[in-house]
Amino acid sequence: MDLLLRGVSHTYGDTQVLRDIDLAVGEGEIVCIIGPSGCGKSTLLRFIGGLERPDAGEVLLAGAPPAGSLNPLTYVFQDFALLPWRTVEGNVSLVLEDHGLSAAERREVIDDVLARTGLSDFKAALPRQLSGGMKQRVAIARALSVRPAVMLMDEPLSALDSQTRELLMDDLVGLWQRERFTACYVTHNLAEAVRLGHKIVVLSRRPGRIREIVEIDRDLADRQQADAKLDAIQRDLWQLLRDEARAADRELADDTV
Amino acid sequence: MTLSDTSAKASARGEPAGADASPEAADTRLQPVPFRGGGFRPVRVRFVGPLVFAAILVLWEAGSQSGVISNLVLPAPSEAFEAFRQLVETGQLWRHLGASLQRLIVGWTLGMSLGVAVGLMIGLFSLARAGLMPLVSALFPIPKIALLPLFVIWFGIGEGSKVATILFGSFFPTVIATSGGVDNVDRSLVRMGQSFGLSWWSIVRKIILPGAMPAILSGARISASIAIILLVAAEMIGAEYGVGAFILMAGSLFATDQLLAGVAILSAMGLIVGWLIGRAERWLLRWRS
Repeated sequence: MDLLLRGVSHTYGDTQVLRDIDLAVGEGEIVCIIGPSGCGKSTLLRFIGGLERPDAGEVLLAGAPPAGSLNPLTYVFQDFALLPWRTVEGNVSLVLEDHGLSAAERREVIDDVLARTGLSDFKAALPRQLSGGMKQRVAIARALSVRPAVMLMDEPLSALDSQTRELLMDDLVGLWQRERFTACYVTHNLAEAVRLGHKIVVLSRRPGRIREIVEIDRDLADRQQADAKLDAIQRDLWQLLRDEARAADRELADDTV
Repeated sequence: MTLSDTSAKASARGEPAGADASPEAADTRLQPVPFRGGGFRPVRVRFVGPLVFAAILVLWEAGSQSGVISNLVLPAPSEAFEAFRQLVETGQLWRHLGASLQRLIVGWTLGMSLGVAVGLMIGLFSLARAGLMPLVSALFPIPKIALLPLFVIWFGIGEGSKVATILFGSFFPTVIATSGGVDNVDRSLVRMGQSFGLSWWSIVRKIILPGAMPAILSGARISASIAIILLVAAEMIGAEYGVGAFILMAGSLFATDQLLAGVAILSAMGLIVGWLIGRAERWLLRWRS
């Protein structure tokens, strides 16, 4: 299933946050969206998932979702959004309960998805017992359990320390190689974008518009650290963003975007 | 500059290192960093509570026995205990306690259930909030005792008016606690539920209600105490049996030993209810760190 954005613009009060965004996300592709803080990256992701409606433009889905997909557009949130009163198993179960699956079918899905994310031993743990990295793994397992067509990842690694971030990036690469999932990945971390993105969309400062789309054709598995070509791309991206980031940094925050 | 640096310089100049009054030498002395942390953290201290309680009883008994405390002013704890023993022996205790507990349980359970339902509505629907919240604010501060004659007219002199008094008394604090609890539920969890396509009812049942549970339970503590207070008030009119009726009867007869025994029963009820709610909290909120 492909995702298509046409002329998406949005205004909060008097400030325009997004202007004329045209974007296509192909199947099996990870599209990273980067930009200075407050450029409307997260807002854009909320439009894509249907949690908010843009003032103008449209978000379209091309084709039918894969068979058995319970929730075609599925988020992974920065703050994990796990229910603290449910165990790991219960948190995954939560998103399956409204779909008329029998208890046995649910258990099967849960066991499968926890095995795929290496969480089988933590089934009965409560979120407060888990480290940040494990919490995000649970959130990823939860997202996988509904067999999404497109994963919408809103800075999924930003709340983690840099070592955990590296580990999770490796996990995501491994996962993509096995499952070829489609994802929209919002981040402000250029290293993440260069490591995980097939396509990197650079947004400008508010009002956010697409400044450039960089395609990286190197396979995700071959993207090692200290790769000269990737480093060059990351440097170029930083050149693009630097002035914008500085200007954005000096802006007064007058709304909650 | 490091410590050894300084002392090396000092000795090079022929001055003795350390133990000197000169400011330069003072720098070289080794001192432990003064400890400034600690405190501000309640720790569990066992046996002190019961000990204070026992000490007061012993002093009180001693004062009564020696005549420092006049028997007219305050009967000795032993006399109150004797009155209590008689209550047990004559079997009156279970009659009074049974009648009171029945009113308390029925009134408080109904008040809590209605309060949670209305509190949820106020928390979830803006229209309900706009319409009901001012009403709640207006009715909460009215002492329900003042309305007792009205309740007697509306619900009859029997059990109805007594249950109604307790019901109304526990209803309002529950409404306020529940709606506040709903307001405080993490909205990002609600967004998560929506993003996974959970039904509205699922979100309320599985996200909003457990999220508001800490507030609902602390509301339950308050409303249970209010219910016990109102029990005595409700039994003022036309009650034959009940702890409140017993206390009032003892009071009007100036049987202060019986009065004290009744008051002790009430406070024991309060302690037990508080303990039960504590157990419920530990069970329902075991997910909290």
